[in-house]
Amino acid sequence: MSSASLRLSRRLGAWAFLGFAWLATALALLALAAILWTLVSQGLAGLDLAVFTMSTPAPGSRGGLLNAILGSIMMCTLAMLAAVFVGVLSGTWLSEFAGASRYGKVVRFVNDVLLAAPSILIGLFVYEIIVHPMKGFSGYAGAVALAMLAVPVITRTTEDVLRLQPVALREASVALGAPLWRTVLAVLWKAARSGMITGALLAFARISGETAPLLFTALNNQFLSLDLSKPTASLPAVIFQFALSAYDDWRRLAWAGALLIALAVLTVTILARLLSRETRRS
Amino acid sequence: MTILAPTAAPATSILALPDDQVALSIRDLDFFYGRTQALHGVSVGFKKQAVTALIGPSGCGKSTLLRVLNRIYSLYPGQRAEGRVLLDGEDILARGVDVAQLRARVGMVFQKPTPFPMSIFDNVAYGVRLYEKLPKAELAARVEQALRRAALWDEVKDKLKESGLSLSGGQQQRLCVARAIAVKPEVLLLDEPASALDPISTARLEETVAELKADHTVVIVTHNMGQAARLSDHTGFMYLGRLVEFGETEQVFTAPATERARDYITGRFG
Repeated sequence: MSSASLRLSRRLGAWAFLGFAWLATALALLALAAILWTLVSQGLAGLDLAVFTMSTPAPGSRGGLLNAILGSIMMCTLAMLAAVFVGVLSGTWLSEFAGASRYGKVVRFVNDVLLAAPSILIGLFVYEIIVHPMKGFSGYAGAVALAMLAVPVITRTTEDVLRLQPVALREASVALGAPLWRTVLAVLWKAARSGMITGALLAFARISGETAPLLFTALNNQFLSLDLSKPTASLPAVIFQFALSAYDDWRRLAWAGALLIALAVLTVTILARLLSRETRRS
Repeated sequence: MTILAPTAAPATSILALPDDQVALSIRDLDFFYGRTQALHGVSVGFKKQAVTALIGPSGCGKSTLLRVLNRIYSLYPGQRAEGRVLLDGEDILARGVDVAQLRARVGMVFQKPTPFPMSIFDNVAYGVRLYEKLPKAELAARVEQALRRAALWDEVKDKLKESGLSLSGGQQQRLCVARAIAVKPEVLLLDEPASALDPISTARLEETVAELKADHTVVIVTHNMGQAARLSDHTGFMYLGRLVEFGETEQVFTAPATERARDYITGRFG
């Protein structure tokens, strides 16, 4: 092949590849834009002050999402508190103390399986071990199910960001005579802090939209209730119920709820981005 | 073609120092990474309040030897040392030795600067706080003293609360030296401390090291022959896990007793 035609075929190949890449990107962005547009246009219509001040209504009457918003906040907060505690400690153990031990490998494998487990399975599991024996749906059971979804995410990210810390940093602390636990607490956690926070925020983003595990555990509640030992409303469960209903006002509220979750996840994701940028700078 | 081996040069030549001059005495030290033996029967003494340089080609075991001296290797389950290392007559490899106490007496600075993600002040105070509960003013005085002796005080005295990571590479390395000497160790181990630094930072670090021997026994691993020649009182040349030659620096560099050391120092291999 002459060099001119070789150059031409290479250029054509490059153009074709670039063209496909552009097309694929455009398709993905188009889908995202369509989702966002639908969400914003439908959601904004249903969004008013009542959404934040009144509980879910009976069909045909005025109401809002206050019970669902509060229920979601309470269950997610409780779940995150438990999940951060367990996840950070187990991630730290995997990274710093497990070494190449068999037990470490098993824990890591199980965690990866949990990470990919369908959330409905987690819901069924919590139903079997908590809801059924306690003879009732409850916000606590919902929080447990959400925590079980968040723990593997936090464990994994904690282990990963701790492993990214240079060996020399550990050795420098140990060489001063610090025990390993102190090295972890005072040096490694500090060095990996923003990565660990990012992991927790991503876990929060994941659980805030989960519906299936809540249907088996917290169920739902028409009324405002701050008692987590009772069935508890949540935004995803209310969206599920209202979106499938025949009533226009319920469907409007469902859209408003969907927009709220999307905004919360968006805020958290942006926060995570900003934090990880902070790390790179330092 | 035949190459005639020079007949006069001995295989090894180790200068034995009088016991009362020696801070660290190493006897028949073997070291293993799992099944791989990295040190073979190393026996040598490092002189008190002097600088000893360890030179040799990459992988010859100089860093490994250094890592035995404060037992940092014991972080890793597969690594073990056999033999004896006497610090003031006490075998630091023996069972039951308090490694935290040992590391307070034998400090270490690594190849790459390793400032902790905390303020400059807290970096230097980190080691001190492990061992002593000092009143605030005393701790501040100790930090200042360490930073002065590491020749960093003038550059950081107005920003002690800023992150240690905000310093330049050379300053970070001197911060690590300050952190190590703040604990007042008898021995200071330096593992190629200047290899990641530019020439000016290297020169400053060398000045610091030269001053440190007034109070400390310094052992420095270096690839830089000029640095070894400039800084050290004694030089050890290692090859394939063995200490081949050890003696007065001037003698090792001008008239090496062994053929291997001569070849390495004149640049015929390494």
